[in-house]
Amino acid sequence: MKRFADLLELLALTSSRTRKIAALAQYFAEVPDPDRGLALAVLTGEMDIRNVKPALLKETVLAEVDETLFALSYDYVGDLGETIALIWPHHGAADLPRLSAVVALLNETSKAELPRVIGGLLTQAAIHERWALVKLATGALRIGVSARLAKTALAEMSGVDLQAIEEVWHGIKPPYAELFAWLEGKTERPEIDHNARFHPLMLSNPIEEHDFERLDPRDFAAEWKWDGIRVQLVLGRDGVSMFSRTGDDIAASFPDVVEAAMGRAVLDGELLVGHDFEAKSFNDLQQRLNRKVASARQMSELPGFVRVYDMLFDGDEDIRAFGWEERRARLEAWFGKNPQTRLDLSEVLPFDSWEDVARLRRQGADEHGHEGVMLKLRTAPYVPGRPKGFWFKWKRDPNVVDAVLMYAQRGHGKRSSYYSDYTFGAWRGNEIVPIGKAYFGFTDEELKQLDKWIRANTIGSFGPVREVKKELVFEVAFDSAQRSGRHKSGIALRFPRISRIRWDKPAHEAARIEDVEAFVG
Amino acid sequence: MNQPILTRDLYVPAIDAWIDPGTPKKRAIITHGHADHARSGHGAVLATPETIAIMKTRYGEDCAGRFEALRFGEALRIGEALVSLHPAGHILGSAQVRIEVEGQRALVTGDYKRLPDRTAEAYEPVECDLLVTEATFGLPVFQHPKPQDEIARLLKSVADQPGRCHLVGCYALGKAQRVIALLRDAGWDQPIYLHGAMIRLCELYEELGVSLGELIPATGMPKAAMAGQIVIAPPSAIRDVWSRRFPDPVVCQASGWMSIKQRARQALVELPLVISDHCDWGELNQSIMESGAGTVWVTHGREDALVYWCKKQGLEAEPLTLPGLDDDGGEGGE
Repeated sequence: MKRFADLLELLALTSSRTRKIAALAQYFAEVPDPDRGLALAVLTGEMDIRNVKPALLKETVLAEVDETLFALSYDYVGDLGETIALIWPHHGAADLPRLSAVVALLNETSKAELPRVIGGLLTQAAIHERWALVKLATGALRIGVSARLAKTALAEMSGVDLQAIEEVWHGIKPPYAELFAWLEGKTERPEIDHNARFHPLMLSNPIEEHDFERLDPRDFAAEWKWDGIRVQLVLGRDGVSMFSRTGDDIAASFPDVVEAAMGRAVLDGELLVGHDFEAKSFNDLQQRLNRKVASARQMSELPGFVRVYDMLFDGDEDIRAFGWEERRARLEAWFGKNPQTRLDLSEVLPFDSWEDVARLRRQGADEHGHEGVMLKLRTAPYVPGRPKGFWFKWKRDPNVVDAVLMYAQRGHGKRSSYYSDYTFGAWRGNEIVPIGKAYFGFTDEELKQLDKWIRANTIGSFGPVREVKKELVFEVAFDSAQRSGRHKSGIALRFPRISRIRWDKPAHEAARIEDVEAFVG
Repeated sequence: MNQPILTRDLYVPAIDAWIDPGTPKKRAIITHGHADHARSGHGAVLATPETIAIMKTRYGEDCAGRFEALRFGEALRIGEALVSLHPAGHILGSAQVRIEVEGQRALVTGDYKRLPDRTAEAYEPVECDLLVTEATFGLPVFQHPKPQDEIARLLKSVADQPGRCHLVGCYALGKAQRVIALLRDAGWDQPIYLHGAMIRLCELYEELGVSLGELIPATGMPKAAMAGQIVIAPPSAIRDVWSRRFPDPVVCQASGWMSIKQRARQALVELPLVISDHCDWGELNQSIMESGAGTVWVTHGREDALVYWCKKQGLEAEPLTLPGLDDDGGEGGE
């Protein structure tokens, strides 16, 4: 466990990507199975210690530590796992057992016994081992290492192409002994049923103003950007899977979609809800996403469907290396042969110039509430990740409102000492009422300035929350406004973010609540 | 008694003097030489001889109208009041101020630590009725490890990465000399390299009898010669342009805050060394209980938690907000 704790600490504190990869590669090369595979599972977010949840850890700690002191400490430290690791009041002397033994112990202990066992491990561990232990147990790492970085280290260590590793990834399970054996040249590549698993998605880049000067509209196709969630439908030999963009299979929540799908293919599209392929709002979709199992009533009121825009496998044939145009032709032909009731084709929008696309984008947003348009290079292959120059998203302009900062709260994680969560409001008569909360949209430099301003202009504190002078104006961008009981104003903004800090603007010129109400629709 | 022994802005009416005042006063008692406690421009300063030497080195010979030295263990009678200074263990010369008036005893700790440190006189517990304690690390998440273990981690990192130069961020007064002494005591006998801001104070420590071994200015050394070496510099310099003169530097920082990894990450510290010149939570608790005080005023830091704890022990307690102190400042403001 000490070796794993050292690795986590190094990863958390090294900002150099090269050095992180080197440390990971060294760890995977030197540490034996199954420990290294379990470490890989932790780093890629595949480790799930079923019975250990943050609440259980907290309960274990609160049996030993005063609740008020714990709350003050958590507010100060900003990270639950780290607070628990630092505040645990008992100290032993021995080292923890190896990683696989700790994982086995946590997995095999009954729920009732877990607090005692975890307490014992916390006491036994050195402080930075405690930190690693809590990270391991809760699965919330927050150390600046992505699954992709861990896989990059595997590629580095073995000389095997990263994409080849990504391809087998979703077909294998911790502790990945067969993966390591393959990477070390001891065995063949693990056998995976190649279309019954997740294939990493191709993602887009936002288009920039200057891109239009160098891009020829004739090279591109345009589609609507749908406001649902991205899914990959795998219509395989042994059934249908529907993966979210992170590779979670959510088929069980949408039996209405997967049971109706016909044919064999791997398709890329947008999961939406609505009757007769008329998409309802994202809020409606959210209601279904929140449920693990859909009720019959939900399925009749909010039937799911997938709007398909790409094809990765035609039957069993991998067509990802083909250009978009050819894949699209295959997709249309496939729809011709396999009539569907819960899948439809995302339309390709005709246009001649970028001005045409700009007009479409505005109309789509105003008349249908579309999120924007997607631009796809006609010759581009399907490449996992976010390759440059192939797919662009051109979002509609967000709505903006000038709001006044009211309260600030310390952030968590990397921002734990900064006041980085902001509640802002609009004028109603002579008072300001809250309309939303945002915690991003500013640079690190701006965050420092805001933090300083907040400390200097605090007029009251309620626990971790500071009330500030109503003097600072934010330009807040948001996607839409809704009626909501959560705020005193009766309105909540959807997806608000700070688009500019208006140091120059006097608070009395900020928006009135009537201005915000005009966006409710 | 008509007037209190001490007011909430640390004014002592019986002798018409302030303790560690933030603005120039006619008469001041100074606990130690850090800038948030010792300022220039007072009419008269009462402090330990070491603190006076530090103030003169930092601010010049004429930084106060006049100085009066009071040694540890000596008591000074001024009218009704008896004033004495007791080692606080924080940095060289650092003192706790004890005031006794008509049988009432008040103690202002200044900054203090209880762990052994050969660069500062050893902390001495003092009994009192009213205790004014700092709370820089006044939360139970602060459990300082042994400084020797932290130095061992530094030396291991130096040994493991011989091509890199280790830059250790330390405040110039106290922390730098303590880290150097810890390195010497751990057997590091190579020269230790100093940022310019460290030199004068290290020399002063040597003059006052704290041996630090061979120290060399870091500026002007050829880059390649600094591989495998240890450089002591102020925290502001270790991530600045100044650090580019060293080969592939490992940014280290010696501070009690470094126990919080998210803090270390924010500060872009690659090797955090949890070495503090303040009490941790357990030591604060211990000191309060040992003082026998019935009333505790808490200042400098995370007052809420310590006030809450004192009340749970049945003590009277309240936070003091002293002007000029940010609630999230650096260690000891230095």
